[in-house]
Amino acid sequence: MKKKSLLGQAAAAPHVVWSVLFIIAPLLFVAYYALTDADGNFTFKNFGALFTAEYLEIFLRSACFAFLATAICLVIAYPVAYFISKTSPKTQKLLIVLVMLPQWMNFLIRTYSWMAILEDTGIINTVLGWVGLGPVHMINTAGAVILGMVYNFLPYMILPIYTSLSKLDPRYVEASADLGCNAFGTLLHVILPLSRSGIISGVTMVFVPSISTFYISQKLGGGNFDLIGDTIERQFMSAYNYNLGAAISFVLMILIIVSMTVMNRFGEEEGSVVT
Amino acid sequence: MENKKIIELKSVSKEYDGETVLDSIDLDIYDKEFVTLLGPSGCGKTTTLRIIGGFVKPDSGELLFDGVNVIDVPPHKRPVNTVFQKYALFPHLNVYDNIAFGLRLKKMPEKEIYDKVEEMLAMVNLRGFEKRNVNLLSGGQQQRVAIARALINSPRVLLLDEPLGALDLKLRKDMQNELKNIQKKTGITFIYVTHDQEEALSMSDKVVVMANGAIQQIGTPTDIYNEPVNAFVADFIGESNILDGEMLRDFRVRFAGAEFDCLDKGFAPNEKVDVVIRPEDVDVVAPEKGMLCGVISSVTFKGVHYEIIVNIGGFKWMIQTTDYTAPNSKIGLYIEPDAIHIMKKSEFSGMFGDYSTYSEEMDHLSDLTEEEMEYLSEMDEEEDESE
Amino acid sequence: MTHTKRLNRLYAILIFIFLYAPIAVLILFSFNDSNSTGVFTGFSLKWYRELLSDEATFTALKNTLILAVSSSLIATLIGTAAAVGINKMKNKYLVGAVNTMTNIPMMNPDIVTGISLMLLFVFVGALVNSQNSLNFWTVLIAHITFNLPYVILNVLPKLRSMDRHLPEAALDLGCTPLQSFFKVELPAIMPGVISGLIMAFTLSLDDFVISYFTVGNGFETLPIRIYSMTKKRVTPDMYALSTFIFIAILALLLLSNFVGDRDQAKKNGTKAARKGGKR
Repeated sequence: MKKKSLLGQAAAAPHVVWSVLFIIAPLLFVAYYALTDADGNFTFKNFGALFTAEYLEIFLRSACFAFLATAICLVIAYPVAYFISKTSPKTQKLLIVLVMLPQWMNFLIRTYSWMAILEDTGIINTVLGWVGLGPVHMINTAGAVILGMVYNFLPYMILPIYTSLSKLDPRYVEASADLGCNAFGTLLHVILPLSRSGIISGVTMVFVPSISTFYISQKLGGGNFDLIGDTIERQFMSAYNYNLGAAISFVLMILIIVSMTVMNRFGEEEGSVVT
Repeated sequence: MENKKIIELKSVSKEYDGETVLDSIDLDIYDKEFVTLLGPSGCGKTTTLRIIGGFVKPDSGELLFDGVNVIDVPPHKRPVNTVFQKYALFPHLNVYDNIAFGLRLKKMPEKEIYDKVEEMLAMVNLRGFEKRNVNLLSGGQQQRVAIARALINSPRVLLLDEPLGALDLKLRKDMQNELKNIQKKTGITFIYVTHDQEEALSMSDKVVVMANGAIQQIGTPTDIYNEPVNAFVADFIGESNILDGEMLRDFRVRFAGAEFDCLDKGFAPNEKVDVVIRPEDVDVVAPEKGMLCGVISSVTFKGVHYEIIVNIGGFKWMIQTTDYTAPNSKIGLYIEPDAIHIMKKSEFSGMFGDYSTYSEEMDHLSDLTEEEMEYLSEMDEEEDESE
Repeated sequence: MTHTKRLNRLYAILIFIFLYAPIAVLILFSFNDSNSTGVFTGFSLKWYRELLSDEATFTALKNTLILAVSSSLIATLIGTAAAVGINKMKNKYLVGAVNTMTNIPMMNPDIVTGISLMLLFVFVGALVNSQNSLNFWTVLIAHITFNLPYVILNVLPKLRSMDRHLPEAALDLGCTPLQSFFKVELPAIMPGVISGLIMAFTLSLDDFVISYFTVGNGFETLPIRIYSMTKKRVTPDMYALSTFIFIAILALLLLSNFVGDRDQAKKNGTKAARKGGKR
């Protein structure tokens, strides 16, 4: 019996070997490149280079943009998710497919399409021109970059929140009303805490790609708003400074781990206050 | 040939995480017998069955089939088949393909398989259900498919793990009869696991009462009911009043502050014993005619009879009678010698039999089997990991 | 009450307009007469004609499909086996370690997964003095790597929720453990395997970031081709391509919905008469 169960577990062996080779080893290489110079000598120079005003600004900007995009997504997505979860099961299925459908279009094209919409000679300004307004400069602004993030990652916020809301037993809401809570109180004290897991995974799924994107800022920011992703991409694809690029990636990972830990802590406290 | 031993368990023990589930079990099972392993959750009955089926390997001991040790034989090579809890029908196969599963593995020609499946379907009254989706059958129908799927392989022994547990009461009764008939018709040895004492008594040739990983008593249903060996068996099989007593000499016992004639002998003079008196064996008489006297503290109508609780010297007796008597009235009890059953003191003495805290203990017995509990504990572990 | 309801609906409609506006714009301007993406000057199919004569795009499409099919199949194979193994593991530290490792590609930003693999490939390439250390095989490895967790994620819950007695029943009826897996367990977890496969396929089809860092010059996938096209001033032939993609996705979706409904119907027993020729 012992032997047989070992044999069964061995089915995971190819995956484990694969993961060690192509997940763990590459991450070790990131650390290795980050801590060496072009000749392979050990150095902290790469990290030192990041403590300059230029890079600190980039890190700060990325964090701010990602935070804003995540917050906006949350505010927009929650009511949508709630609305969907209140429709009939058949409508729910349809609406969720409709939410996810744009996601299956290549995100490069979708982002590019926003360029066409926001450009000075783009659709919005053309329409504004017809009514004698504008042109309003929208493309290549911070707002455009954040809009791109919100647009691209909004479904990743809606979906998990919807999932947790649809699993929410309506009897809790009834119980809350029965115990004298008004609609707003019920939302605050019952629905919101019970959909916490959905919010947390939604926030994660929006924040991580937002803070690491490079295409959105290139296309909608016109290169005026360098983000972490842009600098990493540049080091690897044009400047060919792998060591610096690895160091930046390393910092990015740490930034994400720290934000996620803070958020989870925050989320837990939020929950414990209510319960 | 009736008395040929087919399965023998010899000092079989099993532990899970340091907890003894089976403590050196010895059990012989004879050909063509209907044997029931009976006991509460966690008594080791399901583990015993799974050891016989080959799904659990005991830590020590021997399991003999026709005198040959089969401890290391994997389940698919054992001449037994199992009817699982909740049936475990293959959801992707229809009724026909489920039943034919075992024979197809044996590479039997489809023509023969067809005949045998039809024969089985007739036996379990499911003719015409061949193409049905098993997921859409009722519990009773799934049950029949599971039985047919196992029996078609003509096993020497059929193992049934609480097969009626998921059915409602009425259906259970019907299926009990049907199972008993099938067993008689096929002459296959049935080993049946249940925690339902009524089921065990009405179906079995032999009942094995288990508790705490050990066999308490093996016997025919009447033996087990009339001659329980200890307080556990007496309490588990039916209702009983179990009192501390003292064997004064052969055929004379003292309990509840009085002396009684009885039919038991062979105890040491003045040996402390447990005395069992079944609630239905006590006659209610006028107080002055009673061997014991007491005040009725409650009366409950149970349909066939009234169940009354009588306080006698602080001990609450349960008595079943067809005559209504008002609460708080004084009555006398008359007990015939053959209604008194004497048992040696055991680890279970003093644990059962007084109805002062009566809360329908039997009804509250968890329906979880030990295997399910094991499963739940595994689930707990998984949850721990994911945190 | 109906007032708030109407407001809710209006809000939802606005969000859907927001989600679909860029796609509507794409489709509209793919039929534009001029190459402007701001002003619609007239209906024309010329961008479609241009697209159909663009050989590089077709090569990229073919490459993308080859990559998506092979990476999703391999990931499904390894991932399903992995899920079976993980499900059998009893040691919780081992399970914890494997799960953590599995989740890394899902938690890490794509760009980090991409450059970490790139560094590995470049390093190994330098070791063996290879001229182009990045090629089809490296991007295939990368795709399998990020697909694996999603396959496991889809299969593992199916294994966990499967009746534990099913494999035992198979053994009991005479299956060897291997037969039991293929005849009983695999069919039982098949829906998970299929959805894992589909998820892996679509992720692979759509991936840009990781491919971008792990693919060499000789092999171009569709997203990478789109990226290089968007670097220059874009002409609406790309919009035409997007319209094609959108229609393909819609068709796939309708098809899968249809298949799903039919599965449902089968479950409901209306198609129970499956194996008529059995006897």
